[in-house]
Amino acid sequence: MIDVHNITKRYGHHTAIDRVTFSVAKGEVLAFLGPNGAGKTTTMRILTCFMPATEGTARVAGFDCTEQSLDVKRQIGYLPETPPVYQELTVTEYLTFVGRLHGITGPKLSSALDQSIGRLELGSVRHRLIGNLSRGYRQRVGLAQALLHDPPVLILDEPTVGLDPKQIIEIRELIKSLAGSHSVILSTHILPEATAVCQRVVIINKGHIVAEDTPEQLSARLRQSEKISITLKTCLADCETKLRAIPGILNVLPGQAGGSFLIECELGRDLRDEIARVAVLSQWGLLELRTVSMTLEDVFLQLTRHEDHLSEPVEATVSTVSAERTDA
Amino acid sequence: MTPVQAVIAKELRGYFVSPIVYVVGAVFLLIFGLLSYLYVGFAGAQAIQLMQMQGGMAQVNLNDLVFRNLFSSMRIVLVIILPILTMRLFAEERKLRTFEFLMTSPIRINEIVVGKFVSVFLIYLGLVALTILVPTVLMLFSDFDWNPIWTGYLGMVLLGALFLSVGVFASALTENQIVAAFVSFGMLLIIWLIAGLGSLFGDTTAGRVISYVSYMEHYDRLVRGLIDTSDLIYFGSGLALMLFLTHRVVESTRWK
Repeated sequence: MIDVHNITKRYGHHTAIDRVTFSVAKGEVLAFLGPNGAGKTTTMRILTCFMPATEGTARVAGFDCTEQSLDVKRQIGYLPETPPVYQELTVTEYLTFVGRLHGITGPKLSSALDQSIGRLELGSVRHRLIGNLSRGYRQRVGLAQALLHDPPVLILDEPTVGLDPKQIIEIRELIKSLAGSHSVILSTHILPEATAVCQRVVIINKGHIVAEDTPEQLSARLRQSEKISITLKTCLADCETKLRAIPGILNVLPGQAGGSFLIECELGRDLRDEIARVAVLSQWGLLELRTVSMTLEDVFLQLTRHEDHLSEPVEATVSTVSAERTDA
Repeated sequence: MTPVQAVIAKELRGYFVSPIVYVVGAVFLLIFGLLSYLYVGFAGAQAIQLMQMQGGMAQVNLNDLVFRNLFSSMRIVLVIILPILTMRLFAEERKLRTFEFLMTSPIRINEIVVGKFVSVFLIYLGLVALTILVPTVLMLFSDFDWNPIWTGYLGMVLLGALFLSVGVFASALTENQIVAAFVSFGMLLIIWLIAGLGSLFGDTTAGRVISYVSYMEHYDRLVRGLIDTSDLIYFGSGLALMLFLTHRVVESTRWK
């Protein structure tokens, strides 16, 4: 549904994105992650035909973003970073205007309005001026305009910013419900959101795609050791030494709370059974024993930090990351 | 409803919920009324003078003494007032970040430009239409020729359209409404002053070309009751040029 091939965007001598390539299948929800200034918004602006790419091609629903921009715009619902709302209009007037821009009129427009207002729970404010609405409501009005014409492709830039926790959950559920029927690109800084909502993640840093996969695959591919967290009731002096003596354990780090440790084991080995046996025999009072998986935050930081320190001494992760980049 | 009509309706709504159109409208009508009152007063004083000199009834030409002066004076009023009407059109879109939304909606740039221009032109036409009350009331007390008045109105409509197109262009240049108003005001003043520059060259080709660029003599001819095709072409081409330049400025944001 979305096919981006080797797009580059230069502003004078500054290259905002460099040979970015990715695709989004029909019905797929893709998270677009990256630190500020990474090139997320530039990519989204190229896809929404706000600006053309300097090089490369971007196609949405089979239409070329440069040559067939009007056709592309009809296929897209776009929510920019700042909700694009007119403060002097009421919610209904604004959505009517959006509908008319998309060529929807008459009973179809009324039905689209009702559906969009219902989906975003804007019924109670539909006749109020947008200028008098809270940040959260404006964000929902912005989302309503993106969904109004029921586009096959949705491009959402930070859609849950400014919403309260209940609304955030509702919007995430809404985006999840769109999966299957709509292709969605979701830019976000909230990494658990990407894990919760998206099937696939693209991480972009300094204009390059540094990783592209499911969150689970990314953490598995970047993991250098198995991590186990252990919490003991009685923390004796010999705890650390005895744990280190277990074959396969690489490192034992003291945890944040007293009596807790983070144990790094050899990749592919599950030593929980052995650790539990030692703890019970030593009568330390085993309170908790669990594996620690790599979160998307860890993946994100590892990849973006690596990019930031590319010129520094090569770390053990470089080979993995390089492999990622080649794949991407 | 087409996308252009949607833009026009949205802009008109925007104008009527903001105080700008009411303030500008009130000032415009107040100045038009005051100037009319002054020129009618002068015409009355002249009639009295003539009556004293000639004895009996004196006939004064209201077309020359009131309406021609009135339409001529309106030039400066339009130069000052119309930039205030147009300053928000694109500048506000940029400021409120709705510009990106408009540019990513399925509407062509020329439709956006035309929609915005037509909306502010309709507001202006409404204000001009209200001023017809002045000659209508005067008609009850005096006789005058309506033809030069209609050409004067045609001149005011064409001049206003040109000024508004300059304002729309200036508004597309910046996201600051005050800057947009000043740029528009400055451009209109410079085009006005070009007439003076043309007169320095006398009756030479350069002088005639420079004078042609200024709207002064084109407007004056219409105010005097003359409809010349070259004047209509001047206003039409000036309007088209400014809207074209606006289109280019708006489109250029895509390439920055």
